[in-house]
Amino acid sequence: MILDGKAPTGPIETTWERHRSDMKLVNPANKRKYRILVVGTGLAGASAAATLGELGYNVEAFCYQDSPRRAHCIAAQGGINAAKNYPNDGDSVFRLFYDTIKGGDFRAREADVWRLAQVSNNIIDQCVAQGVPFARDYGGHLETRSFGGAQVSRTFYARGQTGQQLLLGAYSALSRQIRAGTVKMYPRTEMLDLVVVNGEAKGITLRDLITGEVRCHAGDAVVLCSGGYVNVFHLSTNAMGCSVTAMWKAYKKGAFLANPCYTQVHPTCIPQAGEYQSKLTLMSESLRNDGRCWVPRKREDVGKPPDAIPEDDRDYFLERKYPSYGNLAPRDVASRAVKEQCDDGRGVGPTGRGVYLDFKDAIRRLGEHELRERYGNLFEMYERITDEDAYKVPMRIYPAPHYAMGGLWVDYNLMSNIPGLFVLGEANFSVHGANRLGASALMQGLADGYFVIPYTIADYLARTKPGKVTASHPECRKSIEDVKAQAKRLLSVRGDRSVTDFKRELGNLMWHNCGMLRSNKSLSEALSTIPAIKEEFWQRVRVPGTSAEFNPQLENAGRAADFIEFAELLCRDALHRDESCGGHFRVEHQYEDGEARRNDARFCYSAAWEYKGEGAPPELHKEPLRFEHVHLMVRSYK
Amino acid sequence: MQILMNSVVRKTLMSLTGIAMLAFTTVHLLGNTLVFNGPDDINAYSAGLHYLPTLLWAVRIGLAGALAVHIFFGLMLTLENWRTKPHKYAVKRMLKASFAGETMIWTGLLTLAFLVFHLLHFSFRLVPGSVPAPDFQGRFDIFSMVRDSFRSGPISLGYLVAMAILALHLSHGIQGILQTVGLNNEMSMPWVRRLGKGSALFFFVGYGVIPLLVLAGVGVFAG
Amino acid sequence: MLDVVNEDLIREGKEPIAFDHDCREGICGMCSAVINGVPHGGFERTTVCQLHMRKFKDGDTLYIEPWRARAFPILRDLVVDRGTLDRLIQAGGYISCHTGGVPDGNALPISKGGADYAMDAAQCIGCGACVAACPNGAAMLFVGAKVAHLAVLPQGQVEAPERVAEMIQAMRDCGFGNCSNHYECEAVCPKGISVKFIAKLNREFLKALILAKTGPFKSSD
Ligand SMILES: Cc1cc2nc3c(=O)[nH]c(=O)nc-3n(C[C@H](O)[C@H](O)[C@H](O)COP(=O)(O)OP(=O)(O)OC[C@H]3O[C@@H](n4cnc5c(N)ncnc54)[C@H](O)[C@@H]3O)c2cc1C
Ligand code: HEM
Ligand code: HEM
Ligand code: SF4
Ligand code: F3S
Ligand code: FES
Repeated sequence: MILDGKAPTGPIETTWERHRSDMKLVNPANKRKYRILVVGTGLAGASAAATLGELGYNVEAFCYQDSPRRAHCIAAQGGINAAKNYPNDGDSVFRLFYDTIKGGDFRAREADVWRLAQVSNNIIDQCVAQGVPFARDYGGHLETRSFGGAQVSRTFYARGQTGQQLLLGAYSALSRQIRAGTVKMYPRTEMLDLVVVNGEAKGITLRDLITGEVRCHAGDAVVLCSGGYVNVFHLSTNAMGCSVTAMWKAYKKGAFLANPCYTQVHPTCIPQAGEYQSKLTLMSESLRNDGRCWVPRKREDVGKPPDAIPEDDRDYFLERKYPSYGNLAPRDVASRAVKEQCDDGRGVGPTGRGVYLDFKDAIRRLGEHELRERYGNLFEMYERITDEDAYKVPMRIYPAPHYAMGGLWVDYNLMSNIPGLFVLGEANFSVHGANRLGASALMQGLADGYFVIPYTIADYLARTKPGKVTASHPECRKSIEDVKAQAKRLLSVRGDRSVTDFKRELGNLMWHNCGMLRSNKSLSEALSTIPAIKEEFWQRVRVPGTSAEFNPQLENAGRAADFIEFAELLCRDALHRDESCGGHFRVEHQYEDGEARRNDARFCYSAAWEYKGEGAPPELHKEPLRFEHVHLMVRSYK
Repeated sequence: MQILMNSVVRKTLMSLTGIAMLAFTTVHLLGNTLVFNGPDDINAYSAGLHYLPTLLWAVRIGLAGALAVHIFFGLMLTLENWRTKPHKYAVKRMLKASFAGETMIWTGLLTLAFLVFHLLHFSFRLVPGSVPAPDFQGRFDIFSMVRDSFRSGPISLGYLVAMAILALHLSHGIQGILQTVGLNNEMSMPWVRRLGKGSALFFFVGYGVIPLLVLAGVGVFAG
Repeated sequence: MLDVVNEDLIREGKEPIAFDHDCREGICGMCSAVINGVPHGGFERTTVCQLHMRKFKDGDTLYIEPWRARAFPILRDLVVDRGTLDRLIQAGGYISCHTGGVPDGNALPISKGGADYAMDAAQCIGCGACVAACPNGAAMLFVGAKVAHLAVLPQGQVEAPERVAEMIQAMRDCGFGNCSNHYECEAVCPKGISVKFIAKLNREFLKALILAKTGPFKSSD
């Protein structure tokens, strides 16, 4: 099937305004009759729930943590983009739009990206009004810094804790609505199924993580904001609880999952230390503003302490390969360059999987004090983890899985192919194409939640009658039974391997065969191994405890089961996309200098997969991408 | 009355009444130092105080009121605080909290006990054998009363212990006043803490020297 | 660290220990455990999830306990319910503003010092260690940080009197204790939140009271 993204045509500058005035509205007195279920209260979910609640809808919000303030976006360090052009360095909505499209390697829908660039400015204003303490200069105005993939300084930040401050802003807006009674918050609940009635999303089934109770909440629309899925690689920069589960359940109920193979590997993470490590820690990309990446030029220098290697014997490989962007080359490009150096036997550190990120020149130029101002908490974090003082010895970094560009397919209104199911934030596939630029995930989450969904959801609701389905509907009851059955099945295996064990096995396979570099061979191999892992999982997994209690192992088991199934789809998508683009690098398709070679003739589309039942191959739907405002070209950062 | 349920209001009242009592404690200390000049000055001072009964009683009632408020809220706060921790840790290590801070209620109550005794002793003069003959001008002989009382080892010792307890209470209390009424920040914090400890020590020494010197029998207390 | 223990327990067929965690990088505030008598273990600016075994000697015995306070009921093993912290924020730990219709971000200049001060306070991760450590089970550091963060910004000053009064009231309603200046909270806070914010909280409240902007004497302007 050819999918239609429903983006309005005509001059792009005014699409959003025109579309907004074309959309239907819900009468204020009727709003309270509509119940909206918001799954996830990260940036996307909290901002959506708060805004919808404020508008007068009856909102219920859910998250698996004990408080909405703990969603994974709290970990975002670097910053958030906006086309404010405060520094007067030539930024504009068009430039942000252009950078994002190009950064995404021409695999995103133009109109959506334009809208994002347009509302980016409102986000900053909104956050300032909420009391987000962005960095300021001595004149009292907002500070910006530059980030990978951009030549202007458009990234707003709050020390190294931007995500935290933005989330706390959204969380405070949400708290205000909870107090006002318009939003009802359900922490420590996990969505385990989507209820679809007559082809429309009308409810969700969840498990209360404390009591184990499984129940169904019915509503008039479901807004899914459940974040990304890169924990499928086991070791990633994501929080432990991030999972594909909500997305996967929606997929199994008919929602299309688009471009799952677009996964982003972040270049600047702290290298893995031991086998049992469960999480990799990211060092903000902003460090590449002032830090310089290098490895020893000669292989025999590898074991030596960094001081002992003279300047001439250091290879500042990013500056060498990409003279105009240098250390600020985008993530996919930088990650591959790092891997290339390490594969060449010039990686540093105990495992040989690392390169230096050196601040010596920055300290000389700016002084240690200034550096402390800019990155103090990052250096502290680095020291806590590695016991090394990065003011004295260079940091060591290595790439790690970080972000999911793919996600549930949505149209311009952020609605999936199932009417009534809206998808926001990292969980949708919309604006980042094949690669996301730094500081734009926060921007997207808030744009979706504050400025897009309030309009687009009204357009849907105005066309449906409120309260069509209640929790006693047969579909709801069936869904509850299904969820209970799955838990029972997991508990009854009583095998001898822990859930983590399986996750590690799957993650290893994914990282090696479908990580930074992918090939026909590696992907086929993965596709033949995953079913075996799945089989073994259902025979040997050990889930202790019962389902009627607080049981984190059971939660993890459910998530792992979904990851295993999802991994197959991810590899399938990666195999089908026989080109290199953005975060998806197929070794068969590269230029002589190792850069990604896109194939626009065959793959200039978004790939949306439809579930066809257990065991049956999913069906591929294509949404062709048209580029009218930027010209398709080879993405170069040289 | 609602306002008196407010935790910060309650604590501020503790501080303000604490300040009032501190003011008295300071003046009293200065007055007491007159004993070092011999009987004449201190007896005159005491007689002088009693010369203005209205003022005297006003101050007395004020102080008694302050003490009552202080004790009332001290008890309330402490009882409330105890209830917030129904389960104790099996192991608990404190990083900053001090012994003085954790024992405020006990040092406070012991100070109250001391006060009762002290009033019976020197104000109501009900402690047997502590009332001397009037001095040569016919005034009440505070000097001899104090000197004779402190010549008894147990009484001196009791006073010293009481002074130590009070000092403990004040060392935490004084630094807390500024924090409670909001006059503290990062820069002043170390100084505020030093002020608390320093003035507590000052009170301890200031009050403590009297029984000590009497016991040692030096200067005006000789003979 | 607990992961490894748990994997061993599962392999041996025993019940694993339930504990809260998520981000593993000291920012989400989910993890919570008292180690050897100190919430988060007592290493400077370190959450439990960032506490590495290398900080202990081989053969050391560790005592691991949950947060203990009336306001944080224990759910299981090391897991407690910190919903009361959310309730404190709901009592006023926000700036009331509509989505949209706000002035430009640069419309109100904010001094760098003020922004830095706000950020120092806003860093709180809501872990609740301050409550767990406080001998009085007081949430003053948590509330102080929020009140100070918002009160120093011009946007937050409008509601400052009501906010501080309501949050103090909420502390009482949620079963937190009163501060008696032990400063234990500051000592264990993984973000190094300073007790100067408690002084600020007190100051803000007394100021509001004296100016008759809150409480029973509230003037009607
Ligand atoms: C270390 C790190 C640093 C980053 N730095 C930056 C940066 O500097 N700039 C930038 O722009 N982006 C950054 N990102 C990316 C950005 O943080 C994420 O893309 C963003 O957090 C996504 O937000 P979200 O609201 O979509 O999802 P999340 O923040 O992941 O929120 C997901 C929500 O869904 C809930 N949830 C999930 N599944 C379920 C379920 N089954 N049932 C119920 N609830 C569920 C969770 O409880 C949570 O509330 C960073 C990411 C990481 C990992
Ligand atoms: C060595 C230490 C002390 C000595 C020698 C001392 C001496 C005296 C004397 C002589 C009087 C009676 C004064 C009079 O009737 O004119 C008195 C009264 C009193 N003292 Fe002390 N005192 C000491 C310590 C303290 C302390 C530490 C406190 C409490 C903080 C205290 C509180 C009082 C009070 C409340 C009175 C009653 C005042 C009144 O009559 O209004 N004294 N003291
Ligand atoms: C001479 C007598 C006393 C003086 C000068 C005094 C002084 C002080 C001061 C200055 C404080 C600090 C207040 C604050 O930080 O808010 C304080 C606190 C306290 N006092 Fe006293 N006090 C005296 C007697 C008592 C008595 C008799 C009690 C017994 C009930 C008592 C109980 C307390 C308690 C419990 C506190 C701690 C309150 C808190 O910080 O929450 N005090 N005192
Ligand atoms: S003030 Fe510190 S200890 Fe308390 S909740 Fe915040 S971060 Fe945790
Ligand atoms: S430890 Fe408790 S007593 Fe006050 S200063 Fe901190 S809240
Ligand atoms: S797990 Fe997030 S702070 Fe420890």
